[in-house]
Amino acid sequence: MIENKENSVAKIDAEGVLYKELNAQLREIASSDTEKVELHNVCGQRYIGSDLSKPLDIEIFGTPGNDLGAFMNGSRIFVHGNAQDCCGNTMNEGEIVIHGHGGDIMGLSARGGKIFVRDDVGYRAGIHMKEYQEKKPVLVIGGAAQDFVGEYMAGGVLVMLGLNHEEGQSYKAKYIGTGMHAGVIYLRGSVEDYQLGREVGVAELDENDHQVLERLVGEFSAHFDYQAGAILEQKFIKLFPRFLRPYGRLYAY
Amino acid sequence: MKTYMPNKFIVEREADRCIQCQVCVNQCSFDAHYYDADDDEVRSLKENCVGCHRCVLFCPTKALNIRQTPLEYRENYNWRSEVIEDIIKQAETGGMLLTGMGNDKGQRVYWDHLVLNASQVTNPSIDPLREPMELTTYLGRKPDCVEVDPTCVLGTELAPQIKLDIPVMFSAMSYGAVSLNVQESLARAATEMGTMWNTGEGGLHPSLYKYGNNTIVQIASGRFGVHSEYMHAGRVVEIKIGQGAKPGIGGHLPGEKVSAEVSTTRMIPQGSDALSPAPQHDIYSIEDLSQLIYALKEATNYTKPISVKIAAVHNAAAIGSGMVRAGADIIVLDGLRGATGAAPKVIRDNVGIPIEMALGALDTRLRQEGIRNLASIVVAGGIRSSGDVAKAVALGADAVYIGTAALVALGCTVCQQCHTGKCAWGICTSDLALTKRINPEIGARRLVNLLRGWSLEIKDLLGGMGVNALESLRGNRLHLRAIGLSDTELDILGVRMVGD
Repeated sequence: MIENKENSVAKIDAEGVLYKELNAQLREIASSDTEKVELHNVCGQRYIGSDLSKPLDIEIFGTPGNDLGAFMNGSRIFVHGNAQDCCGNTMNEGEIVIHGHGGDIMGLSARGGKIFVRDDVGYRAGIHMKEYQEKKPVLVIGGAAQDFVGEYMAGGVLVMLGLNHEEGQSYKAKYIGTGMHAGVIYLRGSVEDYQLGREVGVAELDENDHQVLERLVGEFSAHFDYQAGAILEQKFIKLFPRFLRPYGRLYAY
Repeated sequence: MKTYMPNKFIVEREADRCIQCQVCVNQCSFDAHYYDADDDEVRSLKENCVGCHRCVLFCPTKALNIRQTPLEYRENYNWRSEVIEDIIKQAETGGMLLTGMGNDKGQRVYWDHLVLNASQVTNPSIDPLREPMELTTYLGRKPDCVEVDPTCVLGTELAPQIKLDIPVMFSAMSYGAVSLNVQESLARAATEMGTMWNTGEGGLHPSLYKYGNNTIVQIASGRFGVHSEYMHAGRVVEIKIGQGAKPGIGGHLPGEKVSAEVSTTRMIPQGSDALSPAPQHDIYSIEDLSQLIYALKEATNYTKPISVKIAAVHNAAAIGSGMVRAGADIIVLDGLRGATGAAPKVIRDNVGIPIEMALGALDTRLRQEGIRNLASIVVAGGIRSSGDVAKAVALGADAVYIGTAALVALGCTVCQQCHTGKCAWGICTSDLALTKRINPEIGARRLVNLLRGWSLEIKDLLGGMGVNALESLRGNRLHLRAIGLSDTELDILGVRMVGD
């Protein structure tokens, strides 16, 4: 229900509203002059931000459901709460900022846009992210990811900061970057060899990497009130695909 | 170590006919003909011949003849030459065997064991030349019941429906697997004949957006070229879970096939490998499938039917039931004989079940559960003729997809070299010199001709059966009888024995 539309900000109380209806309301708002919308009491509604005729700024209070921003094309979503699975599924453009945790397959197949997650994410984050021309998806994870992070990566930049590790604690993810054949992962701290996928190499960051990282950590810190300098003080490693054709020698001819 | 690999074909060049014009040299993309400048003579390398017959067709003096090499090993039913040669290839390379087209093995083709009925004495047959015959088919979810008010206005809100003038659509063949000229031929023909063509998972080339009204856009595990404009461009969005030629596995389009043009439709950098993962990583269950179906419905604002395509496998009927309940508006089953641009041979020839059995089982299951109206059924994988189409409809299909049959109409001789990317007919290749061999205008005309021929034949079959609408044949298995099948097979097909 749209409560008011002052200063071109629409407010919707999503309590008890089914996703189909909620998204229909968002579509209606997108077709008006309104550029910003606040969704309150969101509780599991799926597909928020999908297929809007024009980009909106969507502020979400509560817990949005799966496929948040799926196929999104330019909107910006700010979540004050946790996000669930498939967030940013096949996103083309836009930004998702999550003040909390994210679920599994965060940024699945994203071709562009940016996702910032303050805390941890689930399994297979950044799986099959791509890039194309000027589009280069970005996924910055403030905490840690579970197994198969960066699996099948075909482009884009994935940053994992491990900010919520306690003293002596490190990443637990295994199969990091398995099947990766393009793109790059920057990891704050380090991981053991056994945690890496076979297709991944480890390198020091070069000048260009540092520039990219500083920019992304800067944006991350601005979203979540961190000190970028303090984050960047610790050493990062760069994970890169060792083969551009990881599966080139499978066939007899 | 030397190993022996006998030639598959013998190239015969009639010396008194050959005029050394080198047409064969230019036409063969497998280097089976060459010009020897020293001797000023055109010669052949039979070891390179794949038996596609391109040179035979183009030889202006009919000097060429391609024959199969007779088996040279000692005869052995078990250890046939194919088996021996496969082992040799693997011993030499350590790789998986790759192949193209559909399963060429002898698993039973049930269409050939089914016959249709005709009216005699007790009810009149209909002459389709003079009486109206209806092939129109609507794909999409149908309501349980409709309400019509006294002024004849439909009170029930209908789910989006796709009208087909002929229940034969063109199977998913992606740009990259086939050439743009092939896709344009399919798109034009579909538009002219009032049916649909399918983009496959390689995105939609900008020049084909104008055929959107007759386009099914596909979304597969690689999500190549999937963006908002693409999803809105087609009439149907199809989720590809599996393919008959390679159930359960993904696909690798090698970087060398990702040309500048292919790169724009797949939306990946030129020269990069396009790797489609085996599963869709957001679908590990029926509930997850439902999530993607509704993601696509949301993304297209409930204006398009969502189709879900699976390979026909052991529990296809139960899976199909789950797919309907997950919200699929169209269910596509692709059978054991479904073709491909490239697949591991062991998968193509050994995984999946014949489409006829999968169709019979699925249609029965959905009827038993009272949900048959909730989704249309489309079958693919080895539909060769209008007879197969009619039998499929009688077994319960709403429509069929044809892939190989359409390519044969464009010149394909099923030489099974699709995976080499060297198709001499310019069909399954991205080599620009070869792709020019298909002219979209001529290609479209040939496809239109094929569909027109099939449409006339289906009408003849219907008239013979004494019905004037395909709808009367749909799922009407009493019009079918079977020859030479076991009780279990009859039971699964829901068809009685001939004479019964």
